[in-house]
Amino acid sequence: MADLFTGKYAAFIGPAYAITAATLAAMIWTSLAYSRRWRKRTEALNAAQRTGQETEA
Amino acid sequence: MIPAPAFLANPERFMAFSRWAAPMFAAIAIALALAGLWLGFTAPDDYQQGATVKIMFIHVPAAWMSMFVYVCMGVASFLALVFRHALADAAAQAAAPLGAAFTALALVTGSLWGRPMWGAWWVWDARLTSVLVLFLFYLAYMALRASLDDEAKAARAGAILALVGLVNLPVVHWSVTWWNTLHQGASVFRKGGSTLAPVFLTPLLLMGLAYMAGFGALWLVRIRGEVWRRRAEAAALRAARA
Repeated sequence: MADLFTGKYAAFIGPAYAITAATLAAMIWTSLAYSRRWRKRTEALNAAQRTGQETEA
Repeated sequence: MIPAPAFLANPERFMAFSRWAAPMFAAIAIALALAGLWLGFTAPDDYQQGATVKIMFIHVPAAWMSMFVYVCMGVASFLALVFRHALADAAAQAAAPLGAAFTALALVTGSLWGRPMWGAWWVWDARLTSVLVLFLFYLAYMALRASLDDEAKAARAGAILALVGLVNLPVVHWSVTWWNTLHQGASVFRKGGSTLAPVFLTPLLLMGLAYMAGFGALWLVRIRGEVWRRRAEAAALRAARA
């Protein structure tokens, strides 16, 4: 384990783990951001619609 | 008893289920990944491949997921095409970017493993080429869906493309058997059992399960996002008509 990121093959192992970590982090971030963005948008639209209906009434 | 797919086909039930299931899958993924990484990092170097065997613990699960996610996308596309079910279509659409990311990871980490072992970053052998074709299917699916404004047409066209792409999966899996490839043959899921030593097999399977649980969590989150997006578009349409 000690020579994992300093040994003969460190130039290949380190980037492989770094790219994997970065990609998985990006997958998590984009998935949560996508879901959150559309949930807020839906809630805002529904709230605006309710306000409009109340004003009409 | 209600079968699981029928139970989840109702958007309200799905939203209630996914609200607690996504964090649960995420917690399972983290626990499995920590155990897998610990066992993987403390495993001895391979007698032939040295420390590069450590790349196997992130490369092979990504390759498994690249195919598994496509199967999920294909099944969801089939259900969307045959039963015209909106949630199945949302599931197929939500799976595509995740599958593309796993496939890209498999290609990149495979390249980083191949360079020290084969002396080449890339070779046009059957396994690598068929996985590249799989990646292109994911990209084509996303591009096709993004190019059509009509949601129903996009769903139908995407589903047909996804189903066509299923043909590539057996080619990916058996490419190392059907042709002489530089890529090694199957060593885990094969007749006669795995050829891997338990010291490598255990962390590999743990990482595979971690990737699968992680995909489960992200897939649910993305399907939820798709449901919200469709609700937002329906609400915007109602507001425009009012």
